[in-house]
Amino acid sequence: MKPGWLALLAPLLMAQAKPVLVPDVSQRNIEIAYSFTGAELLLFGAILYPGGRLPTGEQPTDIVVVVKGPTQSILMREKEKVAGIWVNAARLRYRSAPSFYAIASSKPIDRLVDDRTRAIYELGLDSLQLSPASSAPAPIQDRFQKGLVDLKRRAGLYYEAPRAVEITDGVLYRARVSIPARVPVGRFTAETFLIRDGRVLAAAVRDIDIRKSGFERFVARAADRSSVTYGLVAVALSVFLGWAAGWIARRV
Amino acid sequence: MDLYLPVANLSVNALVIILLGGGVGLLSGMFGVGGGFLTTPLLIVYGIPPTVAAASSASQVTGASVSGVFAHFRRKGVDTKMGGVLVAGGILGSFFGAWLFRLLQQSGQIDTVIAIVYVIMLGSIGGLMAKESIGTIGRARTGRPPKARKRRHHPLVAALPLRTRFYASGLYISPLAPLLLGFFTGILTILLGIGGGFILVPAMIYLLGMATSVVVGTSLFQTLFVTAVATMVHATTTKAVDIVLAALLLLGSVVGAQVGARFATKFRPEYLRLGLAVMVLLVGARILLGLVWRPEEIFSVTLS
Repeated sequence: MKPGWLALLAPLLMAQAKPVLVPDVSQRNIEIAYSFTGAELLLFGAILYPGGRLPTGEQPTDIVVVVKGPTQSILMREKEKVAGIWVNAARLRYRSAPSFYAIASSKPIDRLVDDRTRAIYELGLDSLQLSPASSAPAPIQDRFQKGLVDLKRRAGLYYEAPRAVEITDGVLYRARVSIPARVPVGRFTAETFLIRDGRVLAAAVRDIDIRKSGFERFVARAADRSSVTYGLVAVALSVFLGWAAGWIARRV
Repeated sequence: MDLYLPVANLSVNALVIILLGGGVGLLSGMFGVGGGFLTTPLLIVYGIPPTVAAASSASQVTGASVSGVFAHFRRKGVDTKMGGVLVAGGILGSFFGAWLFRLLQQSGQIDTVIAIVYVIMLGSIGGLMAKESIGTIGRARTGRPPKARKRRHHPLVAALPLRTRFYASGLYISPLAPLLLGFFTGILTILLGIGGGFILVPAMIYLLGMATSVVVGTSLFQTLFVTAVATMVHATTTKAVDIVLAALLLLGSVVGAQVGARFATKFRPEYLRLGLAVMVLLVGARILLGLVWRPEEIFSVTLS
């Protein structure tokens, strides 16, 4: 073989030296119907090592799975006591805060990678890149970010699940992530990271679409697009129900 | 039984909402009020976003007032001319209220303003009602005859121009007075999701001096139309009317209202008024505590 061929193959050969991820999710589409109370996603996959063999004598590999909801532009307000009552005072706008964020890992995330890597890949609730729209001083930004994470965590919309990823024989992994009923609709992403020795060796992304279906979709669209008809139907429904109850009551 | 609300974007227990509507309906049937002042705060406590709660409870008040209006029409207890003026004022008020709602929403003070208005209103109306009903009960116990109340309208009302005759109410006053009253109630309907009956009824008696036989029917007439308009305004501006939530509330409340109306005939009216006053004061006190106590959540998030 000519040396030129070898040079061309070099990147491929080097890529071969790294393991490859083959991820999948249990559901690519989640449909919200009348009985929707949340969903449980199963994220699973395999780690393909070069040569098809488990490397020996090396550090074990770890898996981190991040599920993110569509980003939202949000306005956050902080209450303050003014003249005896609590009113909204300071505020901060974020251009892209994830509406949902769940991170599952095979070990606590702060033991897997350093702060810099966590910030780059947004691994962990304290490493989210929320892009605040103002240049408020750092302590204030910190306070708001902590407040936002705390608020979302209590609503079940942000959470960390260390040790929720199971790795079987160093090859197969699986993790369960539950999605509460309060999530907005849209495109969710499930990112899987393969980590060894504090470095991200491979990453792969799968999309999950969450949308309303059937009657729920019809109602939400009607409320948004034909709001006059929707309002008239709501009024007619209340007048009819009130009248019917009165009619029945007079005959009982 | 969990049910997903398509506009509020969350799932609720349908039975809890129906029972909530039923409980409010029972009270509204007993005391002759719409019950919106209870529905909105209770829904917020349950976790429904405040805007959706206010928008959807207005339609519940519509449903609760329909059968009352029909009943009063049969008894000729509705002054349609007066009602028409009140409704016109109410419609203007609800448009103004919608504008105010947006303005307050943008400044981030909507929740505080709603709470303060509730506290002032519930506190003053509840206090007046409690004082009046305790007085009546006391007089009934001691057997002293009640002082004959002069049925006269407020001097300010008499000073307004363009007087006209309202036959059923037995009044010769300017239509501007009920128009302003309706306007004010319309604002409250949009902001708080209430019918405003418990403001309107005392105002009609003490400010306008209307004949008491038509007061409740006319107030219900105004409530019916203005809450219907409020639902339309919310549906087209805030888009926060959740028809599934409204239907659940209605199912409970229309049944509860009928049961409550039968219940009410078993009690003396002054005791009913005292009961309502105590309830109104309790709700007001709860909201006041929410304002002055350090809230559980210092931060709040809105989409922008």
